Amino acid sequence: MTAAAATQTPGRRSRAWTLPAGLRRCAVPLALLVLWQASVGFGWISTRSIPSPSQILTAFWDLTVSGELAVHLLVSLGRVSAGLAIGVSAGTVCALIAGLSRRGEDALDALLQMLRTLPHLALVPLFILWFGIGETPKIALVALGTAFPIYLNLFAGIRTVDAKVVEAVSTLGLTRWELIAQVILPGALPAFLTGLRYALGVAWLSLVVGEQINASSGIGYLAMTAREFLRTDVIIVALIVYAILGLLADLIVRLIERRALVWRPAFIKE
Amino acid sequence: MSHAPSRIPANSKPVVSVRGLVRNFGNGNVLDGLSLDLQPGSFTALLGRSGCGKSTLLRTLAKLDPAPEGTVQLPDERAVVFQEPRLVPWMRVLRNVTLGLRRPDAEARGLAALAEVGLSHRAKAWPLTLSGGEAQRAALARALVREPRLLLLDEPFAALDALTRMRMQGLVETLWRAHAPAVLLVTHDVDEALLLADRAVVMANGRIAADIPIPLARPRRHGDPGFIALRSRLLTELGVDEEHLAAREPQRAEARAAGPTPGGYGLPAGAAAAPSL
Repeated sequence: MTAAAATQTPGRRSRAWTLPAGLRRCAVPLALLVLWQASVGFGWISTRSIPSPSQILTAFWDLTVSGELAVHLLVSLGRVSAGLAIGVSAGTVCALIAGLSRRGEDALDALLQMLRTLPHLALVPLFILWFGIGETPKIALVALGTAFPIYLNLFAGIRTVDAKVVEAVSTLGLTRWELIAQVILPGALPAFLTGLRYALGVAWLSLVVGEQINASSGIGYLAMTAREFLRTDVIIVALIVYAILGLLADLIVRLIERRALVWRPAFIKE
Repeated sequence: MSHAPSRIPANSKPVVSVRGLVRNFGNGNVLDGLSLDLQPGSFTALLGRSGCGKSTLLRTLAKLDPAPEGTVQLPDERAVVFQEPRLVPWMRVLRNVTLGLRRPDAEARGLAALAEVGLSHRAKAWPLTLSGGEAQRAALARALVREPRLLLLDEPFAALDALTRMRMQGLVETLWRAHAPAVLLVTHDVDEALLLADRAVVMANGRIAADIPIPLARPRRHGDPGFIALRSRLLTELGVDEEHLAAREPQRAEARAAGPTPGGYGLPAGAAAAPSL
């Protein structure tokens, strides 16, 4: 390796280092994975602290084959979807009311700005008292957490639509509703999508917390029961599932952005 | 002597009629009892120093600003082109042009307007991919497609490079001849006013300070004697020559302060570059 580096001339790098660009980025994680497997295999780390990658894979496989993972995954997805649907709708409606009219802003903005400073996860005890221990408090937690990023971003987005463009369009004889639907809301869409990405992150976080309290199903429940039986492998499977779900959600929003914001120079391919 | 397109009858009813317009922004009147008529198919340049109220007048005529005092008669068919193109970035060029157009053949008309400004090949483009000149031509097409009887141009070429500006000036003249709207062009550029307009209106202190016909044959050239004479007259009306002298010969400023000097000789005759006021 040092020899290769020594013979390397500027602008011309040795083949071994230029070819697998993707592999180079994976090299360190892969090395760590091997090291991890070896450490557990040689007994340097106790499996009670952390299982080996192969044990995790096995647990993953078992949970998948038994159908257990799918059941919990569906339950969790259902909770996130319901919570997101409520939270995004509420945030959107509030942002439209406050963003599109001065009176709406007076009525809503101060209140929502006050409420948003409240860490919503701290409401769990109150939610249990209000909604019991069924599905409602879990969905409510997700809804409450996701409404604020949507509200804040969409409200700001509506208010920062280019006033000069709006003024020019107002000379073209559009009705107020057409102006809102065709110019102001599409103009606020990038901000909305940023809010949606934040909201998805908050949604998973809320779900993790919500499912660790009195749940009888869901990924969080899977992790909590695994703790009872010292099944660290199952706990890590649950963590990985959360991570993959978060990644997928982000990917979906980025795909939406790519389609909805094609007019932006960053996305235009010419 | 009129150079407006011949199908416009002389002495017809004005398409714009402003009487006693007053606009107050808190400290003094920006528009102070202003009156102005525009004939159908006429091309009027509106000149004046920064802050003289010419943009406020144009915005009032575009119904973007209120007219709290005085009467303003306007045609319904109005269109505005601003200094910036102000296209909607998330609509393709053609959609921008036809926006708000309520007629079944809107698309065909939009394409025709784009063809007229030489932008057919960009109909499907996103506005942010256009050059400055292309975007401003799209804005012109968006105005043109509405078949305006009053076309308001608010320094539409000010942000363009010199060559693009010359081409755009030619285009505006061609479009005006073809469609014969009454045009009100707000500009800082005396040469631009003399190239395009058949009437120059100079504003000062919220009123029309001078109303100068420009009876020059078209096409017009910078070096023509009539052009040069009108140019120095307009500059005098705008008070440029005195400023110019004050800048060049500060030692004479005191002498001039003691008594007014005859105007009209401020700039070398035939100077090609227009002073920016």
